[in-house]
Amino acid sequence: MTAPVLELVGVRKSYGPIEILHGVDFALRAGEVHALIGENGAGKSTIMKIIGGFVAPSSGEVRLDGRPAAYRSGAEAEAAGVVVIHQEFNLAPDLTVAENIYLGRELGGLFLDHKAMRAGTQALLDELDSAIRPEARIRDLPVSDRQMVEIAKALSRNARVLIMDEPSAVLTHREVEVLFRQIERLRAQGVALLYTSHRLEEVTHLADRITVLRDGAVVRQALRGELTEDGMATAMVGRDLEDIYPAKRHHAGEVALELRGFSVPPLVKDISFTLKRGEVLGISGLVGSGRTELAEGLVGLRASTGEVRRNGVPVRIASVREAAAQGMAYLTEDRKERGLLLDKTLRENLTLSTLPRFGAPFISAAREEEALTKAIADFDIRAPRRDLRVGNLSGGNQQKLLLAKTMLSDPEVVIIDEPTRGIDVGTKSQIYAFIDALAGEGKSVIVISSDMPEILGLSDRVLVMRQGRIAGELSGERISETDVVRLVMGTSEDAAGDAAQGSVTKGNTAEGSVHV
Amino acid sequence: MSDAVIQSAAGRRLPSLSALGPLLALILLVVLGASLNDNFLSAGNVTNVLARSAFIGMIAVGMTFVITSGGLDLSVGSMAAFIAGVMILGMNALLPAMGVGVPLVLAGMGIALGVGLLAGLGNGLLVTKARIEPFIVTLGTMGIFRSLVTWLADGGTISLDFGVRQLYRPVYYSGLFGIAWPIIVFAIVAIAGQVAMRHTRFGRYCEAIGSNDKVALYSAVNVERIRLLTYVLLGLLVGLATIMYVPRLGSASGSTGMLWELEAIAAVIIGGTALKGGYGRVWGTVVGVLILSLIDNILILADLVSPYLNGTIQGVIIVFAVVLQRGKSSSA
Repeated sequence: MTAPVLELVGVRKSYGPIEILHGVDFALRAGEVHALIGENGAGKSTIMKIIGGFVAPSSGEVRLDGRPAAYRSGAEAEAAGVVVIHQEFNLAPDLTVAENIYLGRELGGLFLDHKAMRAGTQALLDELDSAIRPEARIRDLPVSDRQMVEIAKALSRNARVLIMDEPSAVLTHREVEVLFRQIERLRAQGVALLYTSHRLEEVTHLADRITVLRDGAVVRQALRGELTEDGMATAMVGRDLEDIYPAKRHHAGEVALELRGFSVPPLVKDISFTLKRGEVLGISGLVGSGRTELAEGLVGLRASTGEVRRNGVPVRIASVREAAAQGMAYLTEDRKERGLLLDKTLRENLTLSTLPRFGAPFISAAREEEALTKAIADFDIRAPRRDLRVGNLSGGNQQKLLLAKTMLSDPEVVIIDEPTRGIDVGTKSQIYAFIDALAGEGKSVIVISSDMPEILGLSDRVLVMRQGRIAGELSGERISETDVVRLVMGTSEDAAGDAAQGSVTKGNTAEGSVHV
Repeated sequence: MSDAVIQSAAGRRLPSLSALGPLLALILLVVLGASLNDNFLSAGNVTNVLARSAFIGMIAVGMTFVITSGGLDLSVGSMAAFIAGVMILGMNALLPAMGVGVPLVLAGMGIALGVGLLAGLGNGLLVTKARIEPFIVTLGTMGIFRSLVTWLADGGTISLDFGVRQLYRPVYYSGLFGIAWPIIVFAIVAIAGQVAMRHTRFGRYCEAIGSNDKVALYSAVNVERIRLLTYVLLGLLVGLATIMYVPRLGSASGSTGMLWELEAIAAVIIGGTALKGGYGRVWGTVVGVLILSLIDNILILADLVSPYLNGTIQGVIIVFAVVLQRGKSSSA
């Protein structure tokens, strides 16, 4: 076994009083692909930030060639040969490939030596066996080519350690194959690679060594072939549900909403499901699997096709107003950019979507204040002053206000996207109790979440989305984290079917995904 | 619970110092003017200042809504000239058929409002349906309107028929209870604007859209329609301002309404409306218009500084107002 190029020794990281990495050890070796896997929030991105020099560990150290390496910036790490390729590429879209590759270290003196930079870029791209032209503008390149440019840029920095943060997430199947060939080429050249992906079959295919992370700690390390995809999923999960979730006791009533062959181009295709009164339907899936697009299509924020029935009657919904008229409301995942006006007061935010109810032609400020008083009491919104700008509220109180705002229209069908993102545990359980109460009142609730325990703890039924389609549906007592993770990751059909023992309905066909 | 720290619902805040800034500046200007020239507070001078403010004032009230909802309209000065030209040509053309009389003047007013509405609608549709930046759209229409009026006037002046002019004159020069018509109309527009901004859905939606149009869209606000309405409203108000302006000179030319757009935008900004949108203050705009006219007036009445430096002083005040605004938002 060769000596590690880069090593993490007892790395811990705290933000304020909260420790999110609890002493992580692992090593990257030359000519080896090391996969780092774990659920959202397990600490993968923090580790990558530490390795890339963007964040300093609270204790422990990063060693490069056996010597402590404390970079103060990403640039210093890069100079030492440690290069990170981020999910969002760091490329200037209006510059050419060559200009991007030499950005910040242009060749030439007073005048740029375009010719030399083009030649240098061409040499790099040839080495990668890529047909991209150095004169092409990044803007005009497909995503896979941009990925390739990032790799070329990393190579031009003489990267010895290359960190790839979910490089396949944005690529098509064919593009992933190209990417894999490049990764194998780099491995053969002796580069140490760290690779993260939610797609476990890629990990099986690529990784020489696997580290599984859970809740900020390494729970499993394995060599190639030692861990099956099932084993990885189990290792990533393995967590008891906390009792912050209300007991499920919903008595589902009549069908309130039914979708048949519902599509939101270009991502979401052929979705069919039913939603009953008094039911909480969880929608799980990776970021980018089309969950939010589906919800936004349903409430008229995006153009959609297919059949939607409300209480059995076909409806067409082309705007949020029309959705509201059908008793449907959507609570966005992006409360700061799409949910609330941060520079306005609580009152103005609360009533924005239901303003016609507060008097015409003149708005009754007294009735607005009344509604705010009620919302503050009902949703336990804690604001030091009523006339505070919403941007100054804590995330939890913002979310409660957003809930209050959404509920003011008294919807029958509520779609809540990431109900507790960035919110402390105390507020979380309040919001869960609230969602439970909604279902208890006979409303239909859809909860979209990346938080696995949340999906499991709240949902009567779970739909799993993958790449814009329903990958499967789980219901009743049979909803288990392992099953959901399998569907989310898209591991083999047999394994999932065996484990779930028939409670999984494979939804690759429209017929298969509808069941009551 | 936090009941104890939540103040009573009825508790209304006093305007902050930065909100009162323009008002204080206006009072200072009045005091300064009165001390420099005895004639300053005479009925004649006050009427003169207010009546001249009225045109820009009405336009600036409309501009407040456009800017509050995150838009901009550079075309209003040219639009006023174009409306004046079309209105006068229309009245002259209708004269043989209708004869000199009130119906002819009313027809002219109808033409002005109609053209204003269409012009505003054009700007608004280009911004909302074609999704072109308001700056670009109105920079384009600014040139178009200006060139059209010059073309209609064949490079010279379009003059209203002398007989009609005599009939129409009182709309600018006469008034009610000694108050000139332009001042009365401006006051009505300003009060209605203030009420609309503060107490109607339209005003609230304008602020919401300017503050964050995505949030407005997600909150069931018809963002495109409200945006379109702000430009239509502004077009109508430009038409109204032109109706009050035409009887003053009885003519229109390629230089009518020159730089009105900048004065109107300046008045809005001085009044405390955020240029990036999200917060509008109509009474502030009125104060801003008065500040700009008073500076002009004082420089002419008093012999302290050359009136040619009017633009310099106005410019300093505009920059100063924006600096004040920035100080406010960064401390919030």
